[in-house]
Amino acid sequence: MRDRSIIYIGLFIFLAVITLPFTLNLTAGGTAEPPDLVLPENETQCVESADFMRSSHMQLLLDWREEYVRRNIREYTATNGKSFNIGLTDTCLAQCHTNKADFCDRCHTFAGVQGPYCMDCHIDPTEALGGRQ
Amino acid sequence: MNITRKRFLQVTGISALAVAGEKLAGSLALAMEDAELRETGSSTRYAMVIDLVKCWQQEGCTDCIQACHETHNVPPIPDHSHRIEWIWKSSFESSFHSQANDYQAEDLKKMSVPLFCNHCDNPPCVRVCPTKATWRREDGLVMMDWHRCIGCRYCMAACPYGSRSFNWTDPREFLPQQNLDYPTRTTGVVEKCTFCDKRLAKNELPACVVACPQKAMTFGNLADKDSEVRQLLYPRIAIRRKPELGTKPVVFYIV
Repeated sequence: MRDRSIIYIGLFIFLAVITLPFTLNLTAGGTAEPPDLVLPENETQCVESADFMRSSHMQLLLDWREEYVRRNIREYTATNGKSFNIGLTDTCLAQCHTNKADFCDRCHTFAGVQGPYCMDCHIDPTEALGGRQ
Repeated sequence: MNITRKRFLQVTGISALAVAGEKLAGSLALAMEDAELRETGSSTRYAMVIDLVKCWQQEGCTDCIQACHETHNVPPIPDHSHRIEWIWKSSFESSFHSQANDYQAEDLKKMSVPLFCNHCDNPPCVRVCPTKATWRREDGLVMMDWHRCIGCRYCMAACPYGSRSFNWTDPREFLPQQNLDYPTRTTGVVEKCTFCDKRLAKNELPACVVACPQKAMTFGNLADKDSEVRQLLYPRIAIRRKPELGTKPVVFYIV
């Protein structure tokens, strides 16, 4: 039992290291400031409620994708009865979120979302090369 | 355990019958699936008829290719082995091997024919696609879902017409301008003509048909007896590319 002190020191260091994320979080003083998103100027209501969009916009986009490409359904009827043309570039980006960098990208960066690769193919109108409207 | 010769023969016989029955059921199911694919019973069957006589009055014209490629953000890649083509032109001789003979005028053999996806009734590309990224719609369009394509290129190997291109590099690097109405593709996916499904959804004709200055391309519904395509096919002799393969292409060339 001569090593008792060494064992306790080792245990303390071990516990300190594995609880580091929690202790750092506690000492940081509250959560980080949420990103300052630039909301569309011309619209106050998204296709669905803000809460739903915040939690499930990715599922909505996946559903749109299935309907548009595979089922040839090109219109979406929202819960409030309004209908929208399905299209990430045509509807979301061109009509409301004209500044993707200040809306989509800011939140994705804040939440550490590893780039959804939508924009590898879908064109961001603000970045389009000599785009035809 | 003792087993008599009679019992042994009975067990092996029944086992062999069971295996044979399963195989038979499997192939019957496949055959039925094929038949279903061919006879969709749909009231719409889109097809294209190209009047080569009209097309050849403007030999060298590439308006259809330009219109298609601008509409669908198809990049002009200079490296021939990486080229992406939804419509392209090739000589009559190489487009219609079985129709060419030694006695045709050389000029005729070299006349160019616009080629693109044949939107087959029995598409081999659809059969081989492991992810169903390419499939046949009820109205006959052989579609592509680029979200689902994994770039295995089985479809390219299966297509007897070479209608498919693979994105070896980022196509955006080669696009002089982007059409906002249509997405681009990305590295590692296969692409081809979709008969302008997006324009069809808006009741517009395919871009190439609209662009053709000779009005040589006609698009319409084969299932409708009174449609323009049926009216064109009825009195004229039309040829298709490699019909002997049984793919049932629906791009017809009037000669």
